[in-house]
Amino acid sequence: MLKIRLIAIFLLLAGVFLAYFAGANFFRPDWFLGNIGYRLGLDLRGGAHLVYEADVSAINSSEVSESMEGLRDVIERRVNAFGVAEPVVQVQKSGDSNRLIVELAGIFDTDQAIRMIGQTPYLEFKTERSESEREEILKKQEAGEVVLKDPYFIPTELTGRFLKKSILDFDSNTGFPNVLLEFNEEGSKLFGQITKGNVGKVVAIYLDGLPISVPVVQSEITSGNAQITGQFTPQEARDLVRRLNSGALPVPIKLMAQQSVGASLGAESLERGVIAGIYGILAVALFLILRYRLPGLIAVFGLVFYVILVLSVFKVLPVTLTAAGIAGFLLSVGMAVDANILIFERLREEVRWGANLGKAVDTGFQRAWPSIRDSNISTLITSSILYWFGTSIIRGFALTLGVGVLASIFSALVVTKVFVLASGLRHNRFSLTLYGVKREA
Amino acid sequence: MIIIRFRKILYVFSAIILAASIFGILFYGFRLGVDFSGGSILEVEFLENTPELSLVEKNLSNAGFSAFRIQPTGEKGFIIRLGDIGQESRQDLLKALSLSDNPESVLVARRFDSIGPTIGRELRRNAFVSISLVIILILAFVSWAFRHVSKPVAIWKYGVVAILALIHDILVPAGLFAYLGRFYGAEVDALFVTALLTILGFSVHDTIVVFDRIRENLRKAEAEGRIGAADFEQIVGKSLDETYGRSLATSFAIFLVLASLFWYGADATRYFALTLLIGVIAGTYSSICLASPLLVSWQKWSRK
Repeated sequence: MLKIRLIAIFLLLAGVFLAYFAGANFFRPDWFLGNIGYRLGLDLRGGAHLVYEADVSAINSSEVSESMEGLRDVIERRVNAFGVAEPVVQVQKSGDSNRLIVELAGIFDTDQAIRMIGQTPYLEFKTERSESEREEILKKQEAGEVVLKDPYFIPTELTGRFLKKSILDFDSNTGFPNVLLEFNEEGSKLFGQITKGNVGKVVAIYLDGLPISVPVVQSEITSGNAQITGQFTPQEARDLVRRLNSGALPVPIKLMAQQSVGASLGAESLERGVIAGIYGILAVALFLILRYRLPGLIAVFGLVFYVILVLSVFKVLPVTLTAAGIAGFLLSVGMAVDANILIFERLREEVRWGANLGKAVDTGFQRAWPSIRDSNISTLITSSILYWFGTSIIRGFALTLGVGVLASIFSALVVTKVFVLASGLRHNRFSLTLYGVKREA
Repeated sequence: MIIIRFRKILYVFSAIILAASIFGILFYGFRLGVDFSGGSILEVEFLENTPELSLVEKNLSNAGFSAFRIQPTGEKGFIIRLGDIGQESRQDLLKALSLSDNPESVLVARRFDSIGPTIGRELRRNAFVSISLVIILILAFVSWAFRHVSKPVAIWKYGVVAILALIHDILVPAGLFAYLGRFYGAEVDALFVTALLTILGFSVHDTIVVFDRIRENLRKAEAEGRIGAADFEQIVGKSLDETYGRSLATSFAIFLVLASLFWYGADATRYFALTLLIGVIAGTYSSICLASPLLVSWQKWSRK
């Protein structure tokens, strides 16, 4: 008895800790573990989901996966420039088709995003802005004025358009990779002018709007050859060279599908999902207590523990919560009750058939197990297949349902059992009433 | 016991419901959602001065859009379905709707999906694959679950009856959806298929719980040496009496969460919750009022 009560206390403490963990991000984001939030799907936070198909017909089949990775890197870099929180760029293979999935949270106007993703790489050379101009722009910006000018650099006419070719080279001393650029005639002239006017100063090399190298010009260069010495890994340098040479994305892409949800609809869906969840769980708790009395109350504890456990798992894995995912979680709450009901019906039955209450608890749990196992297997079968073959919406549902079912088995067999045993009621009329059993004569 | 006694009335009732479902599916068919058919769907909400439906239709026609379908939603909103309009025309569509170059000042675009034909085809195929796989695995599970039962009804008969119950549980929500599609524009999408598959899993376990009890009671009776064929009806009746309490309680708990999801939940999962709700009711009904009585009828009939 003491042992079971100690376990009960341990479970209670674990429950309190998990409850704190599950809710910390709402009431105390600055406290321990409070920085971990729930991951919301695009349909709940608003955002765009784009599916591209890559045309790999011109590429050797052995190099397809490599060029898809290259494509992903390029697009990831472009997407990062949007300033979207946690953008997702994934390569996906579906049959013979090579896909790229791009998820942009908080962006509804996909038109601009689509344009930026699909553009050719943009190589720019920029020169230093004079100190007085820089001060002026910075001062205006500090005053809160919107100045759409880079305070540090001025774009020049020289861009990737004037590039003849690009070569990968390794520095003979350091062994670091360098990217060599060779300009055409016009480009050589421009480059000569730029270097001439900026000896001792910085010329910044921008790719897709981000600086990749900021070398200081040593002397005028008229040969039309430039060298980028960035902090490259050999692979990055190789990718860069390939991209600069192809002048476009490593693989041409085509938009196959897009889904976007406005932030207001997302927030509304989230709020309504949470409300539905609260009402649903309250209704189930009320029903359990009214019908099963004391064991019902214990089952409600089990249910609360279960909800906290599942929410914690959602955070830890993490599971991306969608509207369908909330539905799956709620369905699993209903199903979690099933295990408890099976146990209590068995328990009542055993007592009705004349078993002692203490023994009935044991046999009730024991005999209910095959039914609990069987009834959950079919749901687990369904949810795993849905997970393998489903789209992201369906996966959200399958995952929350599956996690929910597994957690429900644990909470019914371990948590509910420990609390029923720890309540330690003797076999008398009073406890029978509490258990809702009318003993037949 | 009462259910076994009045089983013929229940058969008639079930037959009517099934006939209505099949009628709906055959004559109305399903409306495919954009994820299966390919195409675009746009949901907008006007900030104020919501135009009449006919005006919206006229504005879209004037802007050169054709083959669209408009459905009002809420007080200020419309859902517009079109073919695949490509990436450029979304802004055009918003401009045509708002009659303004700055659509954001007049309306809020809440959701825009555009699914190319390839993806639609693929999603349809995936739906078929997952339905087939779930059915195969569930059949395997049913035969595994009944591997010990033999007398006086052959094991495969339990399986057949469980599958009949399963078909019933799928047909009823599917039939309802055909009517909903006809009269309320409800669409069959990936979520609908998911709901049906979830019902498959749920329904089969509900039936198995009753059959499980029959199995247990048969074994008990066998041990007591009274396993005449005439007792079968009684054993099934007793098993039903012992299990329907649990069956109803479980279904009621699931009913509560789904009803809450249907009433209060997000629009995106509304029909999903309804499909599940109907499926759960059908599944509970069939496992109590259809599967076990059928087992009794079959056993009686084959003795004749």
